[in-house]
Order: sequence, then C-alpha cells, then structure tokens
Amino acid sequence: MKKTFDWSNVISNIKSYVTSHWFGLTGLLLLFIFLFITPSFLTTTEVGYLINLWVLIITAFVLIVGKVVQFFRKNKHFVPSESAPLISGLGSVLAIIIGLIVGLIIMYIVNPEQAFQGFLVILKGGFNQGMASFGTMIYYAVPIILTGLSVSFAFRTGLFNIGASGQLIFGAFVAVYIGIKWDFLAGVPFLHWFVAVLGALLAGAAWGAIPGLLKAYRNVNEVVSSIMLNYIAVYWVAIMIKADQSIYFKTQDRLYDILPSAVTPKFGLDQIFVGSQINIGIVVAILIAIILYIILFKTTFGYELKAVGLNRDAAKYAGVNAKRNIVLSMIISGAVAGIAGAMIFLDRGAWFKPEIVLRPEGFTGIAISLLGLNHPFGVVFAGLFYGSLERGGEYLNLLRFKHEIIDIIIAVIIYVSALGLILQKLVIKNLKWNSKIFQKIKRVILKESPSDQSEGGATQ
Amino acid sequence: MSFLDLLYYLVPLIIASAVPLSVVALGALFSERSGVVNIALEGIMLMGAFVGAVVIRSLQANSSLSTTSIALIGLGVGAVVGMVFSVAHAFASIHMKSNQIISATALNMFALAFGSFIARTFNNTIIISTQDVFRIPSVPILGDIPFIGNLFFKGAYLSTYVGVIIFIIGIVVLYKTKAGLRLRSCGENPQAADSLGINVYRVRYAGVLVSGALAGLGGVIFLMSFAQKFLMTVSGFGFLALAVLIFGNWKPNKIILAGIFFAMTRVLAVSFNAIPIISDLGLTLDHYLMVPYITTLIVLAFVSKNSAAPRAAGEPYDAGKR
Repeated sequence: MKKTFDWSNVISNIKSYVTSHWFGLTGLLLLFIFLFITPSFLTTTEVGYLINLWVLIITAFVLIVGKVVQFFRKNKHFVPSESAPLISGLGSVLAIIIGLIVGLIIMYIVNPEQAFQGFLVILKGGFNQGMASFGTMIYYAVPIILTGLSVSFAFRTGLFNIGASGQLIFGAFVAVYIGIKWDFLAGVPFLHWFVAVLGALLAGAAWGAIPGLLKAYRNVNEVVSSIMLNYIAVYWVAIMIKADQSIYFKTQDRLYDILPSAVTPKFGLDQIFVGSQINIGIVVAILIAIILYIILFKTTFGYELKAVGLNRDAAKYAGVNAKRNIVLSMIISGAVAGIAGAMIFLDRGAWFKPEIVLRPEGFTGIAISLLGLNHPFGVVFAGLFYGSLERGGEYLNLLRFKHEIIDIIIAVIIYVSALGLILQKLVIKNLKWNSKIFQKIKRVILKESPSDQSEGGATQ
Repeated sequence: MSFLDLLYYLVPLIIASAVPLSVVALGALFSERSGVVNIALEGIMLMGAFVGAVVIRSLQANSSLSTTSIALIGLGVGAVVGMVFSVAHAFASIHMKSNQIISATALNMFALAFGSFIARTFNNTIIISTQDVFRIPSVPILGDIPFIGNLFFKGAYLSTYVGVIIFIIGIVVLYKTKAGLRLRSCGENPQAADSLGINVYRVRYAGVLVSGALAGLGGVIFLMSFAQKFLMTVSGFGFLALAVLIFGNWKPNKIILAGIFFAMTRVLAVSFNAIPIISDLGLTLDHYLMVPYITTLIVLAFVSKNSAAPRAAGEPYDAGKR
C-alpha cells in the first residue's frame, strides 16, 4: 500500500469550492444553519418542521448549483448533448415523470374527485407526516436499496438476477434462525446481530451461486433458472420451518421472536427521526453501496466484471476468465440480496412466516437498479425515491385509493426507461434546443468574453 | 382404488395442466422463432385470465347465454386482451430496440399491479369467483368408446379441446405455410430474410402478437381448469411454459411431451395422497409443490448445453449488421 488516500487534494478541492464563487459559501452557511441552529429550537412544532425542511431543500439546491458552476469552470468545452451520463440521467427523470402522469390518469379515471389530492399525497410521499414518516420511509427503503444494488451489480456483468427474491428469503431465514437459536453470542454487544447478518450474507451468496454456476458451466439461462430458484427457496424454507418445532410458533404460523441481542441496533437514529422505526439499516445499505462502488470502479476485478458484461467474447480474448467472473458476480449479487433479507427480518415485530409468497422486494430491486442507472450511488437515491412513493401509497389508503397504484407507476417507469432509444432522442433534442440559453448561462458563469466563445466553437 | 380408477382420476388432471402449459409454450415458440424473447408471458396470461374472469363472471350473473357460448366468449376475450397487451412488448423490443427482458419484466409487474388495483378498487378484494360449469359430461360419440372414451372424453373441460385444436393449428401454420417459414427465418437470420424482401419488423410483430394471443388464451384455459376462484395469480405457469419451451428444444412435438412431463410433476402435488406408493413416503404437500421447479432446474441443466435456440432470439434487428 504505497499510494494512500490524498487528503490534501480533498481539502484543496473544498477550499476552491468555497472560495471560487458565492454559491459555495452560502451553501456551507445554510448547511451549518440546518445542522446546528434550526433543529435545536424548531423541530417540535409543525411550522418548525416545515422551516427546517425548506432550509434543507434550499441548502441542497444551492450546493448543487455550486457544484454545477464549479464543474463548468473546470470543463470549459463540455457539450451536454454528447454526455452519456447526463442524457441517461435525464432519461430516468423523464421516465419518472411519465410514470407519475400515467398514475395520475388512472387515478383520475377511477376516482375523479380525489385524483389530484391523492396525487399530491404520492408526491409528498415520505414527507407526509414530518420526521416520523421520513424515518419510516428510510426504514422501508433499506431492503429495496439492497436488492437494487444486488440486481445492478449482476447487471454490470451482463446477468439479469431476477432471483433476488429467493436469495433474500434464504438469507432472511438463516438470519432469523441465528437470531433465535445462537444465544451464546448474546454477551458481546452487536456480535449476535453481526453474525446473523453474516449468516444471511453467506446464505444469499450460496443461493446466488447456483444460477451463476448453471449459467457458466451448463449454459442455463439465468433468468429462467433464478425464477425456478425463487419458488424452490420459498417452498424449501417453509418446509424447514415447519419441520423444526424449536423455531416454529405453530399456533400463530410464524417463527418465534428473535432475541433482543440480534435486533438491528438504532444508534440514536430514532432520536433524530422521532416516532419512526428507523435503524442503522440505512448505514449498512450505504456502506455496501460504497463497497460495491469500489469493487466496480476501483479494482481490476471490477474492470473484468464490466468487461464480461459489455462483451463476453472480447473479454475472453483479452484473457479474462468469463466463467469465473459470472459465478463471482452472482455470488456477490446474492450476498447483497441476502443482507436485504436480514435487514427486513432482524427487527422486532417483523415476523417471518412460512408463506408461499415471492417477496416483492426482489422485483422492485430491478426497477430501482434501472432507475439508478446501475450505479451504486444512483441506486441509493432511486431506492429512497421508491421508499417515498411507497409511503405515499400507504397514506393513499386514507383516501379511496388502493396502494397498488404505486406498483402501476413503477411498472410504467421501468417500461418507459426500457424504451431508452426514444427517450434519449427526446432528451438530446431538448438539450440542443436549450443550447443557446445554455451558452448564455455558460458565458455568465465563466465570465467569458465573446472571443473566447468563438475559440471554443472552433475547436469543437 | 384400482389401477384403472387411478388412471381415470389422474389422466384428466394431467391433461388439464398440460394444455395451458403447452398452449402458452407454443406462444413462446412463435415469439422466439420470430426472434423476440418473451418473458412477459406470465403477465400476459395474468391479464388474459383477469379480464376473462371478469367477463365470465358478469356474463354468468347477468345474461342468459348458454355455458358453451360463455366459455367461448371468455376464451376469445382472453386472446384479444393478451394480443393487445403484448403490443407494448412488441413495440419496445422491435421498434425501440430496448432490452427485451426489462420491458417484459415491466409488463409482468404492470399486469399484477393493474389487476389487483382494479379488482380491489371496484370489488374490495382481489378474488374473482366464477361458477365452475365448464366440464363436458361426455362428448357425443367419442365418449362411448370403451377405454379411451373414459380417459379423454368424459368430464373434461371445453377449454381443453379448444386448446388442443389451437395447438394443432399453430403447428400447421408454423411448419406448413409460407408465413411460418418466414417467421422462422426471421428468428434464425433476419438479415438474410430481409435481403429476400421479407419485412422483419412486421413478421416479428406478428410473432409477438400471436404469442400474446396464445398466452391470453392460456390464461383463460388456466382459469377454467383450475380456479373457480381467481386469486390474481397463474401460479408461475408463464415461466414454466418458458421452461417447457427450452426443454422441448423449440420443437412443437417435443413441447407437447415436455408439457405432459411438467403437468405430471404438478399433478403429483395434487394427488400424492391417492397414489399408494408415493403417499407412504411421508413427505408434506410443500415437498410435492416444489417438485416441478426442481425438475425444471435439473432438466435445464442437462438440456441447455446443446440447445437449438433460434440464433437471433433476444437480439434487436439491426439491418446494418452482418
């Protein structure tokens, strides 16, 4: 380890961000206000919450604008219509908007009087009832973020892991089993919980390895095999539960409660988001996103995985062991899905039932992975967005709507984002249409004289 | 129970499972042979079965039509709904050149969400109950043949016969007509087909639409043979049909055998108590319900290595590619 992380680089980066334009300074000031001043005397009341929320929104806005300005100062000849991440990102946004509009239309057809009111409830989502609903939104987003990460990781290697559902249930079973039975671990703080999560990780990895091995060595289509494995996991787990009277609470048709030592710790997060079920699951999810990001973008192994996904034959020609990479990719993908299972069931009151039902998180993960553009950090934001929609759906039940409308919206969003081509054309067109205004803004930001501008044009 | 009684009990059950599986697998065959992978079959089946159930239920309650015509209307509605729904998949995968698995997954999710949403909005429950009156006591002349009559022509469902007829028509179209040949050529080498003046886009649209119609029909057949109460699920039959297709190596005659094989594994779960040797094993219902999926996995592991999948299936058509 010769090359260490360069902190001075980061510090100088922040320094230039703050000093180069007034957005940076204002943003930091607002962040300071949000973190230390407004919560201390305002959170208890509804108005205080609203002010707090607005400070947060404005802070985020200013910080993002500042970042954009800094970006343009660095990259003077940036052409938006040729930037792939920008176009696909805007494609995702467009897909979300179209999905919401379709949802609104269906709601209007079903129940015209309450349609717009209901739509607002969906849009407000996790913000409907203050910090409590915000915390609950994060709580429910965690397993979805994790399955999304699982699907997106396999997708990078060109594999479609539709079996996250089965890997999740298998991991969850092992986690809960450890949570009930391994009481000898209860002495050391968090050790029991950690071992349970580790068990889920290994179980999910094992279940994910099967379609990987079948794909690599027997050429079995991983989509069909992992669908079959979903059903097998559900039945097998049900059989194992019903056969073991020491874990099966027969009269209530569920597993016994896990021991308190195996419950996911909260580390004071429930003090910030008062009245919600939030625990450190979100920290686990973000940590895993960072780990996957490092694997994918900072290691040779990740480079090989992506190479196999982009062109299996070319990767083979370059000396990459495609079979090994396929299996490893599925193992990692399955492990993450297994952790998702642990995060759902390692909590009080989250009873594990031997039902013959495929958990929907596995399929929602596909949507999240697509919306997040298969990038670990994108998936985290897409997962939070879904969590917000999903909370909105719960509050919809107070009106005369059924929460399945959320699933319709999500399905439309996936479908529209699958229509990539037409969306990207639309986005590119819009960017070109905007480019005159865009040039003007750029000139203001860069404080360029018109002569610089023409020089830039000549090099393009 | 004597052996003959057992046979009379099991064979109709196997047929009732095998027919929807084979019909939907035939639909998958049409789509894949034209070059489009259609994993949306599960969703299309569900959509067909859902709308079919609603139509059948309202006809049974409000009209004085005969049982036969209600059944035929239900089957027709299922086919049309399936066809209309599959247009979305065809548009995405043919015109938009999008990832066929993603758009199909979206349709699967949409079908389930849409069905549950509509059913719960208007009826407060996802269960749609229809009357189970579609059995034919005995087919006229054919039911009187001593052994075969008892086996195949007594107490079977009308939808079964419709399914068998459709299956035969499907094979004839695919292998004995010009359109069938064109369809198959588009799945193997669309560029060559294009050079001979065949409109690849149009042929692929036809393939996907036919597969949608067959899947919708299969959904209603499933509804009539299994579910007096439609619970907004087709028990993974759409996915199993894909396994049947792969096991049948993309050939209709083998698809029938594969369909019967899978049907037998399913019937095992329903009837394991009635079969003397198997009921002694002491396994639970869950074990037998798991069998079809495990056999699928094992079979796929042995069959997939040398599969005769259409070469261009799953690839968007690119006229400039060699």
